[in-house]
Amino acid sequence: MELLDLALIWAFIIGFGVIMYVLMDGFDLGVGILFPFAPSEPDRDIMMNSVAPVWDGNETWLVLGGAGLLGAFPLVYSIVIPALYIGVFLMLAGLIFRGIAFEFRFKARSSRYLWNWAFAGGSTVAAFAQGVVVGTYIQGYETANGVFTGGALDWLTPFTVLTGLGLLAGYALLGSTWLIMKTEGQLQEWAYKITLPLLIAVLVVFGIIGIWTPFVDDMVRERWFSNLGIIWVLPALTLLCAFQVFRSVRNRSEGMPFVATMGLFITTYLGLVASRWPYLVPPEYTLWDAASAYDSQLFLLIGLLIVIPFVLVYTAWTYWVFRGKVRAGEGYH
Amino acid sequence: MELDPLILSRIQFAFVVSFHALFPVFTIGLASYIAVLEGLSYKTKNPVWMKLSSFWTTVFAVVFSMGVVSGIVMSFQFGTNWSNFSQASANFLGPMLSYEVITAFFLEAVFLGILLFGRDRVPPGVHLFSAIMIAIGTFLSAFWILSANSWMQTPAGAELRDGVFHVTSWSEAIFNPSFQLRFFHKVTASFLTGGFVVAGVSAWYLLKGREVEANRKALSMCLWLLLILAPAQLVIGDFHGLNTLEHQPTKVAAMEGNWETSRNVPLLLFAIPDQESQSNLFEIGVPGLASLILTHEWDGEVPGLKEVSVDEQPPVGIVFWSFRIMVGLGLLMILFAVAGLILRSGGRYWRSGWFLQGMRFMSVAPFVAVLTGWFVTEFGRAPWLVYGLMTQAESVTPSLTGGMALFTLIGYIVVYSLVFSAGVYYLMRVLYEGMESSEAEPDTQSERPKRPLSAAHTSFELHDPNEQPTKQGGH
Repeated sequence: MELLDLALIWAFIIGFGVIMYVLMDGFDLGVGILFPFAPSEPDRDIMMNSVAPVWDGNETWLVLGGAGLLGAFPLVYSIVIPALYIGVFLMLAGLIFRGIAFEFRFKARSSRYLWNWAFAGGSTVAAFAQGVVVGTYIQGYETANGVFTGGALDWLTPFTVLTGLGLLAGYALLGSTWLIMKTEGQLQEWAYKITLPLLIAVLVVFGIIGIWTPFVDDMVRERWFSNLGIIWVLPALTLLCAFQVFRSVRNRSEGMPFVATMGLFITTYLGLVASRWPYLVPPEYTLWDAASAYDSQLFLLIGLLIVIPFVLVYTAWTYWVFRGKVRAGEGYH
Repeated sequence: MELDPLILSRIQFAFVVSFHALFPVFTIGLASYIAVLEGLSYKTKNPVWMKLSSFWTTVFAVVFSMGVVSGIVMSFQFGTNWSNFSQASANFLGPMLSYEVITAFFLEAVFLGILLFGRDRVPPGVHLFSAIMIAIGTFLSAFWILSANSWMQTPAGAELRDGVFHVTSWSEAIFNPSFQLRFFHKVTASFLTGGFVVAGVSAWYLLKGREVEANRKALSMCLWLLLILAPAQLVIGDFHGLNTLEHQPTKVAAMEGNWETSRNVPLLLFAIPDQESQSNLFEIGVPGLASLILTHEWDGEVPGLKEVSVDEQPPVGIVFWSFRIMVGLGLLMILFAVAGLILRSGGRYWRSGWFLQGMRFMSVAPFVAVLTGWFVTEFGRAPWLVYGLMTQAESVTPSLTGGMALFTLIGYIVVYSLVFSAGVYYLMRVLYEGMESSEAEPDTQSERPKRPLSAAHTSFELHDPNEQPTKQGGH
């Protein structure tokens, strides 16, 4: 009766949505994280202008992912979101403040510093909260009969704080390499200067997480150490990407640092997926356990398959329209 | 006192959804109004229509962006506070809410950008087409959300197996028994909201003598619309009530404050319903009128609250009084629409000071009516979340504690207060500046499409010390 493994198809769609979101909202959150440290106020204008045209399109992937999860994998929705209750609130509050700051900062003059803080603070809180989500996924969730049974602050452990900091550093790196690509002069110089320290921070934190992870969960340990196989290609590629970031910054390339940082993120993400596949709500539930009814998945898939191509084309078009360097005084007021 | 996560979750949901509901109810009506203005502009080439359209599009952009921001929070509420409900109903509600996001995305991504920034860059026909598509998009959004809500009121096309709803018929589930009337009731409410706000703002401008020609035209248009829709809403509401009587008799009993099932039931104008004694402490009514309205017969039988046990009764006082406020405001709207017709002789409708002042204050009325209307239907369903099948108590997140729920409740109140007072304050600035400034704005190449608020040029602060006094408008 069931011709296709729809749950598998949906896992790919959601997985694709997550990495799209991380890469795209990652750099604009990163610009927000770096905001307070910018050399000057006019540079902040340029920083914000460099992401202003695209940030809300980037965030649509989060909304689409949230709704898609409820439709395709309701168990994730009903276990993970309650488990992250306070974290979800902090992330939403952060995203609201930074979203509103985009709109009002350019209209404000005497109150501009307030919107600066809303933008930087909101971006930092949201990025940290998302890193915590990654940490809880590695950690696993305490469940019984398809219901979260843990406590209000289970999501906040030394390990998840570390993953939170890791994503914070990672997004900041995406942000700084984005600025290298999109700006010039003093601001670009500054972005070049901070990229290597950020890269080192990312490698150190990712490294500690990598060493710590096998001790957090037995299944992950087994997957990585039981047979030394193809899975080790992924961290090797991550290191290669990191080296590429280093080399391209030394060579003063403009586009390559950003591309290599994206590569670093993608390989790390694949490593994470490989550690847990096919578990969607570890340690108990696989993606098939978490799936909604077959015809509900089908009903939604039809609509999504029609819309996703438009979303991709529109996204590509927006980036094309706003290609090139952002200069002072230009761009959106 | 022990903090009850159920009650706190209900307060939180009521707070965030009430806040959110204010924005779409306005934008649905306004989107259609803008489409009509664009159509008139396209057809007649009269610049006054374009001036009106540009100005109201700016307002639309601000309200729309606040609706989107508050909407993101809504999509996570189901998971954070009502996870059992999410798990049980995801097979139906998941696709419904996802389709809403998909539709809204489409609308925002493609056509809003053209509407806001494309006036000088696309042919007029394409601009008009975008306005129409956005209006259709707002209806589609309302379609999915109201279908989901109606399904929770009058579930159909699904069966409960092992605690999870499975869809047996998509068409029966989507077009469930209360959906159509709820949809018409809500869309009409949106038109009334858009109509009264535009009329109220135009009246205020006319009182100040600003842009008289455009605002007189806008007020006149709105008054014709309201003259048709305000009475029509009464009829639709009546049918909606009859539908509720058929499917949710207890809700109707609470709306009428009627405890015993009986014939020749009076329509209560004033009463103090008391849940504890299961009676009204005090009441003034018109004999037989409730029977007549609900059954269209003087001695028709009206169900009473005592048909169900006390713990299956909704909170009667809130439902009873919300219903009266909604209907009262609806009647007031009809009164103003008729007054507008009478004042047309001699063109008094745009010169009469008391009428314009009245219209100005009436711009708040539809928002109150919409909220109280939602209170009637949502409180009236209590204690059920999915009517007759799943209670609110069964739906709440099991791991949620009172402390957690209180933390986020306070958090949302703080965040919304800050963010939305900034938003509303800014909206007031846009209205204060009026349409005089919108025509002076050059369409700069550097503006990107799509982001709603960038269509507004008004400066955030009221008195800007740095602004050059010679320059009009934002920048």
